[in-house]
Amino acid sequence: MTIIEDAVPATRHTDDERTPLLEVRDLHVEFHTREGVAKAVNGVNYTVRAGETLAVLGESGSGKSVTAQAIMGILDMPPARIPKGEILFRGQDMLKMSGEERRKLRGARIAMIFQDALSSLNPVLTVGYQLGEMFRVHLGMSRKEAKAKAIELMDRVKIPAAAARVNDYPHQFSGGMRQRIMIAMALALEPDLIIADEPTTALDVTVQAQVMDLLAELQREFNMGLILITHDLGVVADVADKIAVMYAGRIVEQAPVHELYKRPAHPYTRGLLDSIPRLDQKGQELYAIKGLPPNLLRIPTGCAFNPRCPKAQDICREQVPDLMPVTERDGGELPGRASACHFWKETIHG
Amino acid sequence: MAELSKNDEQQDATPNVSEVDVVEARTEDEAVDAIEAPAERGEPILQVRNLVKHFPLTQGILIKRQVGAVKAVDGISFDLYQGETLGIVGESGCGKSTVAKLLMNLERVTAGEIFYKGQDITKLSGRALKAVRRNIQMVFQDPYTSLNPRMTVGDIVGEPFEIHPEVAPKGDRRRKVQELLDVVGLNPEHINRYPHQFSGGQRQRIGIARGLALNPEIIICDEPVSALDVSVQAQVVNLMERLQDEFNLSYLFIAHDLSIVRHISDRVGVMYLGQIAEIGTDEQIYDHPTHPYTQALLSAVPVPDPDAREHRERIILTGDVPSPANPPSGCRFRTRCWKAQDKCAEEVPLLAIPERFQGSDSPAAHESACHFAEEKDVVHAA
Repeated sequence: MTIIEDAVPATRHTDDERTPLLEVRDLHVEFHTREGVAKAVNGVNYTVRAGETLAVLGESGSGKSVTAQAIMGILDMPPARIPKGEILFRGQDMLKMSGEERRKLRGARIAMIFQDALSSLNPVLTVGYQLGEMFRVHLGMSRKEAKAKAIELMDRVKIPAAAARVNDYPHQFSGGMRQRIMIAMALALEPDLIIADEPTTALDVTVQAQVMDLLAELQREFNMGLILITHDLGVVADVADKIAVMYAGRIVEQAPVHELYKRPAHPYTRGLLDSIPRLDQKGQELYAIKGLPPNLLRIPTGCAFNPRCPKAQDICREQVPDLMPVTERDGGELPGRASACHFWKETIHG
Repeated sequence: MAELSKNDEQQDATPNVSEVDVVEARTEDEAVDAIEAPAERGEPILQVRNLVKHFPLTQGILIKRQVGAVKAVDGISFDLYQGETLGIVGESGCGKSTVAKLLMNLERVTAGEIFYKGQDITKLSGRALKAVRRNIQMVFQDPYTSLNPRMTVGDIVGEPFEIHPEVAPKGDRRRKVQELLDVVGLNPEHINRYPHQFSGGQRQRIGIARGLALNPEIIICDEPVSALDVSVQAQVVNLMERLQDEFNLSYLFIAHDLSIVRHISDRVGVMYLGQIAEIGTDEQIYDHPTHPYTQALLSAVPVPDPDAREHRERIILTGDVPSPANPPSGCRFRTRCWKAQDKCAEEVPLLAIPERFQGSDSPAAHESACHFAEEKDVVHAA
């Protein structure tokens, strides 16, 4: 697919080691509603490098999807507002770009896969037309060329008999096949970064395994960065390189995948891991995090997790903990690890 | 207690299907008496035999003619014992929710029988049916759509008493509802609030309180925690286990989350395209599965342990579930099965203990509908 390089000359091969693919710095997003200002994202920082998979883990309302939408530039503004923060794509702040510049990146360099393929595809257009649209709009191809490309893509994502199905409508495909079409669409222009927002939540486990495998395979092949947004601790363990755990619009813990599961450094992460049913717990009570996720209109003062935290002290109710680097007991470095808990030492070292 | 019942099961290797003790009732009163009779712990309370539900597919507007049928449930049999939890797992479209509706008598069966304490509930009507309905209640999947937004919590939880006033006399209802709210861990003072004032987990508790209102013996839970946040799921599962002990309930627990089903169930049935592929105790199904579909399903579940990903053997099935309107001949799983042979296309495998394991006391000796059933430990591959 060499044509793409000519059409989108910009930055594809200027990947130097120091500038990460994507860097989110102190991002804030708020929504103005009738009941007040809902602070959905409150200072999120993360980086993604080429070929790397970052999993963003969180419950509904934790701000994981809003962050992704801000990166894609698909937030409805208003009611959303980004009062503060930077989103650097290869060192350039996308929030300062013009609409025209962002449009060139969106879809071509950064693509997104949504959760619900049925409602993300247009029901009255054939999938071939929708896939081909990418090539017609971004690369100015003719309809015929675009259709040939669409068939090629459908082959790529292993849709059987692609040439025969290119003129089918979305409702004629099964859930798993529709999600493959979404993946094909995201891959069309060989982006550098893919954001997958709960890509398999609506699918059955056997199909989920197929789709995740495909995504991982294509990511390796194209050396793409992948942001995987999910609430499923199982999916994360299978594919992620590093994890950012979000709670009430902030990252509460960051760690490489193996480290996080072995030694969580935040009581919320620990609680999530402990509430997974384990074999030896059969017949016993499951560990449950008490209480409910916070209302974003009234985020608790201090650490947002303090009303649900078994370790909470006075300081937790008064002072918002910063995301601090986590170290070994003897002060040895733990690269890539950070926790936003006043008592991370007690949490990780027991 | 839990330990005791486990041992019992291992001793007599409970067959999935026991003989039905049909209670002949000539009059409605006799039927009601049989239904109201207390059930003994460990006795089969619900016996399902060859249950079939076909939804007709029609063509034409004026002159409708049937051109086929969606075979949502196609001949399944199982027992539910008093005090146990039977988990039903399977992918979407396998018919597990249709089974729930049939057991609730919300859909008419196409064929087959459902015996509740020896009475075939598909043939009951009038007072006898009403008595059955009191004893079999349901908790739904989506706590957002299963509660009427215009009714207060008190009205929602108290509504069953309108239909079954004998359970709680009118003057006593408010107190009774508050008691129920307390039992499921909600503040009894919130009785006048509306559903939108509660979170998802709290709403599911309201749904559970409504299910408990009439002191039922069986609760059918159709994906009760799948719509909830991860941190709240454990709370609701704990609540349901506590209530089961407290009120001596039997659960039919339908879900697709295999780890939660294992945690809560005594026995598990795996469904595929309207039939039961394999059924047994949780240990038999999870640690000694013999049906290829169960093995594939278990191996596909992501394990929350990153160390496992390198060693785990995964069986990735190709293709999708075939349409239940036109299921494959013979074994329904054969189109996606890696073991399929000619025999599988010709002969329907029966749900029975596979010949090679008959008489053996190994945990692999449980009912599995496969011609080539063999053990394969997929979960402990790590």
